[in-house]
Amino acid sequence: MADVRITTPPEISGMGHRMKRKEDPRFLQGAGHYVDDVKLPGMLYLDIVRSPYAHARILKIDASKALALPGVLAVITGEDLKKAGNLHWMPTLMSDTQMVLPIDKVVYYAQEVCAVVATERYIAADGVELVEVEYDPLPAVVDPYEALKDEVIVRDDKEKKTNHIWHWEAGDKAATDKVFAEAARVVKEHIYIPRIHVSSIETCGMVADWDKINGHMTIYMTSQAPHAHRTVFSLVSGLPEQQIRIISPDIGGGFGGKVPVYPGYVLCAVASLVTGKPVKWIEDRSENLQADSFARDYHIDAELALDKDGRITGLRAKTVADHGAADAACNPSKFPAGLYSVATGSYDLKAAHMEVDGVYTTKPPGGIAYRCSFRVTEAVHMIERMVDIAAHEIGEDPAQFRLKNFIKPEQFPYKSVTGWTYDSGNYHGALKLAMDIIGYDALRKEQAEKRARGELMGIGISSFTEIVGAGPSHTFDILGLKMFDSCEIRIHPTGKAIARLGTKSQGQGHETTFAQIIAEELGIPASDIKIEEGDTDTAPYGLGTYASRSTPTAGAATAVAARKIRAKARQIAAHLLEVKEDDLEWNVNKFQVKGSPDQAKTIQEIAFAAYTNHPQGMEAGLEAVNYYDPPNLTFPFGSYICVVDIDRGTGEVKIRRFVAVDDCGNIINPMIVEGQIHGGLTMGMAPALLEEIVYDENGQNLSGTFADYLLPTAVETPKWELGKTITPSPHHPIGAKGVGESATVGAPPAIANAVVDALWHLGVRHVDIPITPYKVWKLLREHGVTE
Amino acid sequence: MNISVTVNGQAHTLDVEPRLLLVHLIRENLNLTGTHIGCDTSNCGACTVLLDGKPVKSCTVFAVQANGRTVQTIEGVAENGNLHPLQEGFWERHGLQCGYCTPGMIMTAKALLEKNPNPTEDEIRWAISGNLCRCTGYVKIVEAIQYAAEKLQAREKVEA
Amino acid sequence: MIPGKFDYYAPTTLNEAVSLLGQQKGAKILAGGQSLIPAMRLRLAGPEVLIDINRVAGLDYIREENGYLAIGAMTREATLDDSAVVHSKYPLLADTAHVVADPLVRNLATVGGNLAHADPANDHPATMLAFGAQLIAVGPKGERTIPIDEFFTGLFENSLGKDEILREIRIPAPQRGSGGAYLKLERKVGDYAIGAVAVFLTLDGDTCKSARIGLTNVASTPMRARQAEAALVGKRLDDATIKAAGTAAGAECDPSSDLRGAADYKRDVIRVLTMRAIRKAMERAQGGSR
Repeated sequence: MADVRITTPPEISGMGHRMKRKEDPRFLQGAGHYVDDVKLPGMLYLDIVRSPYAHARILKIDASKALALPGVLAVITGEDLKKAGNLHWMPTLMSDTQMVLPIDKVVYYAQEVCAVVATERYIAADGVELVEVEYDPLPAVVDPYEALKDEVIVRDDKEKKTNHIWHWEAGDKAATDKVFAEAARVVKEHIYIPRIHVSSIETCGMVADWDKINGHMTIYMTSQAPHAHRTVFSLVSGLPEQQIRIISPDIGGGFGGKVPVYPGYVLCAVASLVTGKPVKWIEDRSENLQADSFARDYHIDAELALDKDGRITGLRAKTVADHGAADAACNPSKFPAGLYSVATGSYDLKAAHMEVDGVYTTKPPGGIAYRCSFRVTEAVHMIERMVDIAAHEIGEDPAQFRLKNFIKPEQFPYKSVTGWTYDSGNYHGALKLAMDIIGYDALRKEQAEKRARGELMGIGISSFTEIVGAGPSHTFDILGLKMFDSCEIRIHPTGKAIARLGTKSQGQGHETTFAQIIAEELGIPASDIKIEEGDTDTAPYGLGTYASRSTPTAGAATAVAARKIRAKARQIAAHLLEVKEDDLEWNVNKFQVKGSPDQAKTIQEIAFAAYTNHPQGMEAGLEAVNYYDPPNLTFPFGSYICVVDIDRGTGEVKIRRFVAVDDCGNIINPMIVEGQIHGGLTMGMAPALLEEIVYDENGQNLSGTFADYLLPTAVETPKWELGKTITPSPHHPIGAKGVGESATVGAPPAIANAVVDALWHLGVRHVDIPITPYKVWKLLREHGVTE
Repeated sequence: MNISVTVNGQAHTLDVEPRLLLVHLIRENLNLTGTHIGCDTSNCGACTVLLDGKPVKSCTVFAVQANGRTVQTIEGVAENGNLHPLQEGFWERHGLQCGYCTPGMIMTAKALLEKNPNPTEDEIRWAISGNLCRCTGYVKIVEAIQYAAEKLQAREKVEA
Repeated sequence: MIPGKFDYYAPTTLNEAVSLLGQQKGAKILAGGQSLIPAMRLRLAGPEVLIDINRVAGLDYIREENGYLAIGAMTREATLDDSAVVHSKYPLLADTAHVVADPLVRNLATVGGNLAHADPANDHPATMLAFGAQLIAVGPKGERTIPIDEFFTGLFENSLGKDEILREIRIPAPQRGSGGAYLKLERKVGDYAIGAVAVFLTLDGDTCKSARIGLTNVASTPMRARQAEAALVGKRLDDATIKAAGTAAGAECDPSSDLRGAADYKRDVIRVLTMRAIRKAMERAQGGSR
């Protein structure tokens, strides 16, 4: 097992230390400051009337009874927003458009229809019940293949009356066709990855506070990207950007769900503008599940080409992407299907070609809000399922099949056939370690013995390559905003520091990890470094935290800014010690004279001197900012192995063991990395076994509360076993890669592969997630197995 | 309706609507915002408080039902300004990430350890199965509770 | 999320509660509230009046009396789950209380409420059917005993009068050679059952003297699997007999298809769980494992 690199003592707590989190004291004592904790004098409440139909004309909205209720101050409709300057439509982060409030028709169940503003939360809720809306239902279209027939048009606001949004391709079609034509075997499968919902325990919300006198809007918002949101708000509303302050305070989980702009946010801000008072909007869980951005919903026809030696030569995939009623997936703008073309995975292929067609249906808009790394969950699920089917088809052990087909260590940096340059990897090392930890050979033996007795046991592997850290400015932008990120560090005279970043933690521990990076570079104890994020008035501009990008981008910016400070510190040290800069060497937290180490100045002494005794001609102070434009993405990877036992009578799948070996390059805080992986594995298991957003044929959401949308408890969640390898990123200033989503990406196919492995001998070759007991029972029945 | 509730050792008299949920009494009327709301179907447990010492979902209790009773929330857990061993354990063992489920989780764990000072891992997982966490995957929550159990038992020994 | 308005009473005696129930229009009893309050928050239920009986003393007890176990209707699930007498002498009941909802709900939810709600998805109905329990109801005219077989009359409907309140549940004291078990298949802790089976048997050696089997969430009311029972009574409980009982239970229930699975799946779950529950009940009846 790899050793985490530690070069600083515990008092400084640089990289590699299992430092206790600096943000924890407030959370442990009920002093966290989440959006619903914000209380402003005179604050009003906004609640939303929502559509019970997936597709319907709005004939009439009668708000008279609501307005007659004491305490209800206003009801905002689409007509009101239109009159206020065409605010009834807004742009999505993918340059599509989405209704804030409808005028003509609604296009998804639970769509926002109008908003009630009242003096109290309970009265706003009563007001919502009193609004009467007359609808004329229209046919819903929930199946994207049906939608592509263009018989029921979802977006008749568009010039072209079609449900086809876009077509996107990656790879080389001609080369791929050739490879397939020459293949010894072609393995095909249809894989459906259903719609799921991120369901952070905190729902979305906002407090908007319009100060009429100063023409200033302060917004507290559950936002993973406050700067981008501020810019978008400014452009859409016409309010000058310096007069908008967005504060993203403590956020109770984001995972991508707090990146899109929801109509509720806009309505809340409008309500404050209209009333001149602070307005709070906090969505219920039902609203969150039924109307907010979803993830997945990819229908994939995949093919793998194999040569006669069982080497994978090509990948071909045609995908229908169900985006709901608007493309509100927050992908980088050139990538409507996100980073899906990483689907060649950990394997050295000759050619690949992928096509994706985005489709409108009468369901809530979105596409990537669930810890997916911009569609890498879909890509990896596809390739890891296909690899496993291929191995089973040719009768080869799935581990050996992977080892044979992996990109080799000496091939890095590796240019994939879809154009990505993987920075570093050691796929053989990770898989072998996982096999060692779990005792793979013994398990295969046990499986054979059990199979002979009719017991169903399966072993599933997933060897994923992740792609994170979006991204280099030549390729990556969101709505035109380049995807750099930033860190600004200021050292105080007494040697303490404050650093602000353009990212925004929603639980990832940035107040600790970024302090550790600075501690590593400058030797200032991490406990002396205050980290701030989320206030757009003070933090440098950044694109926020999602898609595992913070360490690769802002983490790099932090190291670079710290190094700029160290460069100036060297000058000051040379001045203080009366030597030349070249005579000095850096040692953990001080500059010392080469060959004469007792002649030294600590960073604290240097900091003090920056304000009291800096060289003449030099600017005082000790600070730096860096906006980091990453030269490439980073490629964390891993191998997961899952063992399942299946109950022949009920179809229940029990995960007996799950070993996860992850490689995220150099590790800042191993304890935090472990936590990210545990959490990610659980958010990978959940879609594999439990979670699905289900619609009936009328577009009604059947799983719109936690009673039916099933999050795992501690009882369903296995005791995850972790291992690691460490393969630094060669281009990242601290060699780190990011890890937040690796486990959500890698876990579902490991589980699906284990289930299919358990049932392959019966004739089962694929099962779509979530793998419910009912699905398994059906397969068992179809193949003559029962209790 | 007038009610008297003792919250974290302090008596309060308030005039409330019968339909006021206990969680809103705590968060809004008493400004104790450490107790959180995570769902609307009584499934998530983020709102867990101790009602006469028993962990309950405060979103599924009317404030009027707490009339004459005692409530303990996360703000009342620290002991004379010192962290309770559970708060220590969650800190030491990284039992929290976003912190949103944490108050409810700690209240449930507190009641568990008062009733069963030396729980097995399975007993811990069973006891917290009414508290959902999306961030941690529960492993380090279990470790945090085990840390606290050990600490509390060691304290018992010293005091005994 | 926010319930509608209602008037609220918190009587301290059962008689007061009964008379309020009779007087107040649109009144519902608030016991544990763990089913009622969620329904009110989603505005699926909107009683104009709530009569909170949590302050009525003397409704929360577990007592071994002459020939039966007497359980006060307001006894919390957690109390049943912790009770030594329930675990040692009524393990079928212990099995059931252990899996109602989740541990937090169990601190407030009451066994009386679980029964009176008359939801076929609740757990105690099947178990009380298996026990052949008796329910004691109190109304303006006094007390009456309702045999459990007469209690569930329809979906969310029971045979209590409009002004009657459930006071006590009586489970016959176990005879020698009897044993029971409750097996519940759920997708996760806190979900309703995909299907669940309560079995209570008395054996004479290997022969089944009596059998009562209750089924959860596979019909519009809690139901007894009478044909499965008939397949067992008087017979030696060998594999073939147990299998026949399972098959009968699966055939006689009437589950609906939903997100938990199609009706034929649920029937098969009942078949399998019935066989497993019979075996577990037999083990307990023969003094074996708990």
